[in-house]
Amino acid sequence: MVPTLSHFLAVAALLFAAGLFTVLTRRNAVAILMGVELMLNAANLNLVAFNRYVVGGMAGQTFALFVVVLAAAEAAVGLAIVLSIFHTFKTIDVRAADLMRE
Amino acid sequence: MRPVNKLIAWTLGSAAVVAAVALLSARLSPALAAGSSRQLAGPFTLADGVFYFLAVLAVGGAGGVAFSRNILYSALGLLASLLGVSGLYVFLSADFLAVAQVMIYIGGVLVLILFAVMLTNRIGEVNVSNASLGWASGAILSAVLLALLLLVAFEVPWVTRAVASGPTTAPLGHGLLQQWLLPFELASLILLATLIGAIVIARKEIRAE
Repeated sequence: MVPTLSHFLAVAALLFAAGLFTVLTRRNAVAILMGVELMLNAANLNLVAFNRYVVGGMAGQTFALFVVVLAAAEAAVGLAIVLSIFHTFKTIDVRAADLMRE
Repeated sequence: MRPVNKLIAWTLGSAAVVAAVALLSARLSPALAAGSSRQLAGPFTLADGVFYFLAVLAVGGAGGVAFSRNILYSALGLLASLLGVSGLYVFLSADFLAVAQVMIYIGGVLVLILFAVMLTNRIGEVNVSNASLGWASGAILSAVLLALLLLVAFEVPWVTRAVASGPTTAPLGHGLLQQWLLPFELASLILLATLIGAIVIARKEIRAE
């Protein structure tokens, strides 16, 4: 079983499903951010795999690099917001932050 | 203090895992270059073994993130998953991206996440604070999506091309400074805005009278 494009796509699909499950079922804001990171990684793996096996050139890898940079930015701002929520509500249950609903 | 001891043990354990993977990849990379088609058992070559090891590392770590009740174990699962994906990047001859993945994700994002875990939870009660909601609906939705993605991955007749694998750092650098110079500069601008925004959001409020 030589690894082909399908194998990499399967690994990425499993990663994405795990990330989606994490985002859907957790109430802890930090865990939700972890799920988002997993999904971004799965998308990145797909980009690089298609770049290697189908398209060629450098575009896929460059795009993946930008995704990594934006994921780092997203994590920094997201965790800052989580800390701010924790200071305000004394919890990071995402259902607790509903002050604007009232 | 037992929780602190446990934390230290886990930190040391994760450091040992990182060191083991680094050592293994360092030992394996000459073997990969020289005899990647050397057969271990039947049609199963060394390269295949490395691929499946990395895939299991990535998917197992993702499973740990998704199913662990303790958020600290979730963070360690994320570590394993990111390491596995980084190894898969090497497999896809994206060497610069693999190193960037280790440096940015494991060195930056994962440390940020661990800080957030420890700043927002008292370590003793992490088991309670990671409860789940809507388990069944989430599982069904994820399973359906997974089935669809696997169907696409294995049933579509992908038109692949023969590739010459080689280092890609130099072409990537040329591309970043020629064809993609504007997005590159925009990314630096976004990072600066993120830096300022994160500091403004997360700092303690100081009342200016």
